[in-house]
Amino acid sequence: MIEVKNISKSYQTTNILNNLSLIIPQQRLTTIIGPNGAGKSTLIGMISRIIPPTSGDVLINGVSIFKQKSNELAKKLSILKQDNHILLKLTVEELVSFGRYPHSFGKLTPIDHVKIKEAITYMDLESLQHQLIHTLSGGERQRAYIAMILAQDTDYIILDEPLNSVDIKHAKELMTRIRRLVDELGKTVVVVLHDINFASSYSDYIIALKRGDVVFSGTPDDLMHQHILTQIYDIPFTIAKNNNKKIGIYY
Amino acid sequence: MSNKLKWSLILIVIVLALLYVFLEMNRNAFSYMFPRRLIRLFAIILVAFVVATSTASFQALTNHHILTPSMLGYDSIYLLMQTVLIFVLGSTHPLSSSSSLLFFVTLIIMVGLSTILFVPLLRYLRHDLFTFLLIGIVLATLFRSVTSFLQMIIDPNEFSIIQDRSFASFNNMNVSLIYIAYAIVIVTTIVFQHRIKELDCIALGKSQAINLGIDYNKATTEMIVMIGILISVSTALVGPIMFLGLLVVNIARSILATYKHSALILISFLIGAGIILIGQTLLERYFNNMIPLGVVINAFGGLYLLYLLVKEFKRI
Repeated sequence: MIEVKNISKSYQTTNILNNLSLIIPQQRLTTIIGPNGAGKSTLIGMISRIIPPTSGDVLINGVSIFKQKSNELAKKLSILKQDNHILLKLTVEELVSFGRYPHSFGKLTPIDHVKIKEAITYMDLESLQHQLIHTLSGGERQRAYIAMILAQDTDYIILDEPLNSVDIKHAKELMTRIRRLVDELGKTVVVVLHDINFASSYSDYIIALKRGDVVFSGTPDDLMHQHILTQIYDIPFTIAKNNNKKIGIYY
Repeated sequence: MSNKLKWSLILIVIVLALLYVFLEMNRNAFSYMFPRRLIRLFAIILVAFVVATSTASFQALTNHHILTPSMLGYDSIYLLMQTVLIFVLGSTHPLSSSSSLLFFVTLIIMVGLSTILFVPLLRYLRHDLFTFLLIGIVLATLFRSVTSFLQMIIDPNEFSIIQDRSFASFNNMNVSLIYIAYAIVIVTTIVFQHRIKELDCIALGKSQAINLGIDYNKATTEMIVMIGILISVSTALVGPIMFLGLLVVNIARSILATYKHSALILISFLIGAGIILIGQTLLERYFNNMIPLGVVINAFGGLYLLYLLVKEFKRI
């Protein structure tokens, strides 16, 4: 379980997050939504120790992440940010192998090779595994990065806007795969999304942020009401049903 | 991977080293020439290693392939220091003339100054490469301007001594320092070995490196200190030569099929040793040391930089 306790972040005089507390449930797909500038990326940056908080604490299984060795934490929690342009000449397989670094520090053992192969198969990348990363399309590259996170083999996986620059077909495929990580492999996954209908259709639990505060946390069913969505996004919504899931129409 | 490449380069470097030592060897003066050439060969190998390691590390840290430590002013710190020393104390003062003392003073000031300057710069401005570069270039220009100001008003005889130290040269280095230089470089490399191994992860970017369990701030700070020590040793020994790094690391990168920094450093080291050996053999045996090696390297390095820039433009 990830517990966020009274966490705040401010740069000089601007507050990004104000004394925020929340709990991310175990073995569920949790989605963080909210308008631009709500503090979503800052929040997951702090949960994954990339951004140090101004005050407050983050506990994983009851232990503060700021008091653990970075390498130990890398075996429990993985994060994929959205800024992933690299200059290295890397093939998909080599990128995925990086996921094993916290376990074997670059010297791959037979177990590592098994995990790498599993991750590649799971993300359906066998046919691409010898291709260079920068020759892939946006969706394929996203899958390769997620495979790397999978090879890292952590209980907690955090993904910052994984659907960015992915077309709707591949976005749907990707969300189905992320869903399976929770259902089949028992991972705890946290995703930042912009599309509320993807959030509503695929997640177990949703946290909505607005201007640095939590304005909603609960099930998709409870979120998808006109007045709640309007309160978050400041635009009118109509709620419709699709396959027993509520979707919001705002066009 | 590039085992074949590695071994053929090692072979070429060995042949070049043998040529360097034995070409135009005078039989009667063997006992005089042989040890001197051998010491210079050791210095060349040390400098090639330092150039490869520091440039490859620096490029991984800044995530940029056209940067070398020299562009951010390592060389200009060195030149400023030499000038100030001679200006204030005069060339006859023990501190500016005794090479061993000068070596250590140069070393300490360069490591200290580069750590103070580049650690905060890299920490706060890594994502803002343009500001990072701009500040580095402005600092380098500032150091250079102060240097040339002092050179303008200095005694002409003293000026010629400074001029001698402004270009890399293997001919007038202090032989007794080579052992100390080797000791420092070997110890530094062993101490920071675990950081060199982390370079692959660091080159993936800050958030990816942290995700993989690397203590990012500590790692980058230690790398800057390491680069500072290595460059200072090499510069204090033979003078400013870091521009060579741009040449060798990029050539190595273009012929290597792997991302691994250990391989990149090894191949860059071999190419660097080869280039210096060819240059030094030609200059020493056929041009009577009329031109310092540093001038030739800067000329070719500059041409190569132009080529890299043109290549980048074409890609856009």
